[in-house]
Amino acid sequence: MKFFSTAWRNIRRSPYQALSAVLIMSLTFLVISFFVFLLVGSSKIINFFESKPQVTAFFKNDATQQQINGLQNELSTSGEIASIKFVSKDEALKIYKEQNKDDPLLLDLVTADVLPASFEISAVKIEDLAGISETLKKSPIVSEVIYQRDVVSALTSWTNAIRQIGLALIILLSAVSVFIMVTIIGVKISRKKPDIEIMKLIGATSWYIRWPFIIEGVTYGAIGAIIGWTISVGVLLYTTPFLESFLKGIPVLPVSLLSLLGLLAFELLLASLLGILSSYLAVLRYLKT
Amino acid sequence: MIKLDGVSKKFATGTFGLSEINLAIDKGEFVFLVGATGSGKTTLFRILIRDLVPSEGKVRVGDLDVSTLPKSKLTTLRKMIGVVFQDLKLLNDRTIFENVVLPLDVSGETGLGAAEKVEKILRKVGIFEHKDKFPVQLSGGELQRTAIARALVLSPQIILADEPTGNLDAATSWEIVKILSDINKEGTTVIMATHNTDIVKSMDMRTIHIDRGKIVKDENIKHVVIKEKEKDEKGENKDDKEVKEKGEGKKE
Repeated sequence: MKFFSTAWRNIRRSPYQALSAVLIMSLTFLVISFFVFLLVGSSKIINFFESKPQVTAFFKNDATQQQINGLQNELSTSGEIASIKFVSKDEALKIYKEQNKDDPLLLDLVTADVLPASFEISAVKIEDLAGISETLKKSPIVSEVIYQRDVVSALTSWTNAIRQIGLALIILLSAVSVFIMVTIIGVKISRKKPDIEIMKLIGATSWYIRWPFIIEGVTYGAIGAIIGWTISVGVLLYTTPFLESFLKGIPVLPVSLLSLLGLLAFELLLASLLGILSSYLAVLRYLKT
Repeated sequence: MIKLDGVSKKFATGTFGLSEINLAIDKGEFVFLVGATGSGKTTLFRILIRDLVPSEGKVRVGDLDVSTLPKSKLTTLRKMIGVVFQDLKLLNDRTIFENVVLPLDVSGETGLGAAEKVEKILRKVGIFEHKDKFPVQLSGGELQRTAIARALVLSPQIILADEPTGNLDAATSWEIVKILSDINKEGTTVIMATHNTDIVKSMDMRTIHIDRGKIVKDENIKHVVIKEKEKDEKGENKDDKEVKEKGEGKKE
């Protein structure tokens, strides 16, 4: 308890240094929070597209049920198909009506005869999609083949890029905040050298002197993490309505409270580790006991 | 209690702080350390608390070999010795109470027990009413008492007081000496470095004179109890006692 009160006294006695340390930590954790949101969001978007049928094959109007069954058997025995679903003309109409329920004009114009029956196919491996697509295109009963490989691969490469840039930025900001904290705590140690000398002369151990500085570092980290997290969550909540309308149908938002609290716990842990690391480096560098 | 054998301290500048010091101070003694500024009094104190390491010789304090003391035992040594520093070394951003409680806190004694101990010591040295003040709010004598209280709070076996009356008026100086003398009467070994010859003469205690790092005179060594004990063990004191008793009989 005494260490905490000493650490608190150290913080109060140099408010501007404390503010600098908290600000750099807040910035670091604000960036970390945003990148976590971006990564989790983009992963959810990829999962959404991956869970959708990867290939859709539309049949010609004159395709018979026997021909369709034959093609289904041919594809199923290849071992490349994870799932295959036949969507009849009536089912296609249902889907169409559901998607356009707000537009009565479009509903009046379309009947089941206009819409083609189709196969919705998922492959076991994403690289087999091209082969499956070719097989379908060669079939005389297939009029058109659409597959979403391009969408998923584009999203995957974007997510990878975001992940790498984010990770690099987080490492850079963490390193900068550690260096700044080392300097700030180092200055405090240098300023308190006479006091430290007195404590040593009356029998204080090295750890007795070190603990308040370690606690100080953890405090800066924790306050920074809470501020960074609060701002990022505030921005997320504020933008949720816009993002929901932009990502229409993709279940990314809203983020659950439990996930947000999990993020806060993770950030507090990381902040404590950064705080301990910074203070320990400062103590090693400036406090030769 | 304290034993120095051939202790010398040569500083990086090449000058000798202490040179070939041989000294034994027993438990419960009150010793004045007298010498001009720069004669080596503070160096001797700093060696005793292992703030300086001697260049040569052996230093023993109690059971500890100070000259080869590992860092891990430094805390034990510094808890054995209470020091009243020449420049007091009080923490200006802490209250008088907080300054005095510091050694207890350092040794892991906290809470009500520690607070009671501090209050008792503060009453003993007469500054209890100033316990919530900061050092800048106190007079020289009060600050000196604070430093003494801090040195006493761990009930050390030895008190080293470096010029505790240095900047004080005569009346206050005597008050400080009285406090140290009372502590000594309770069994604590007290070594007081001073320039104040009036106090030294009046107290009639063992006085070690240091000049340019060397002991030049060791007066009133009759106070050394250990020598008396040795004589008792050898039976040498028997004759002395008879002589003394005869003398006292004559007086009567």
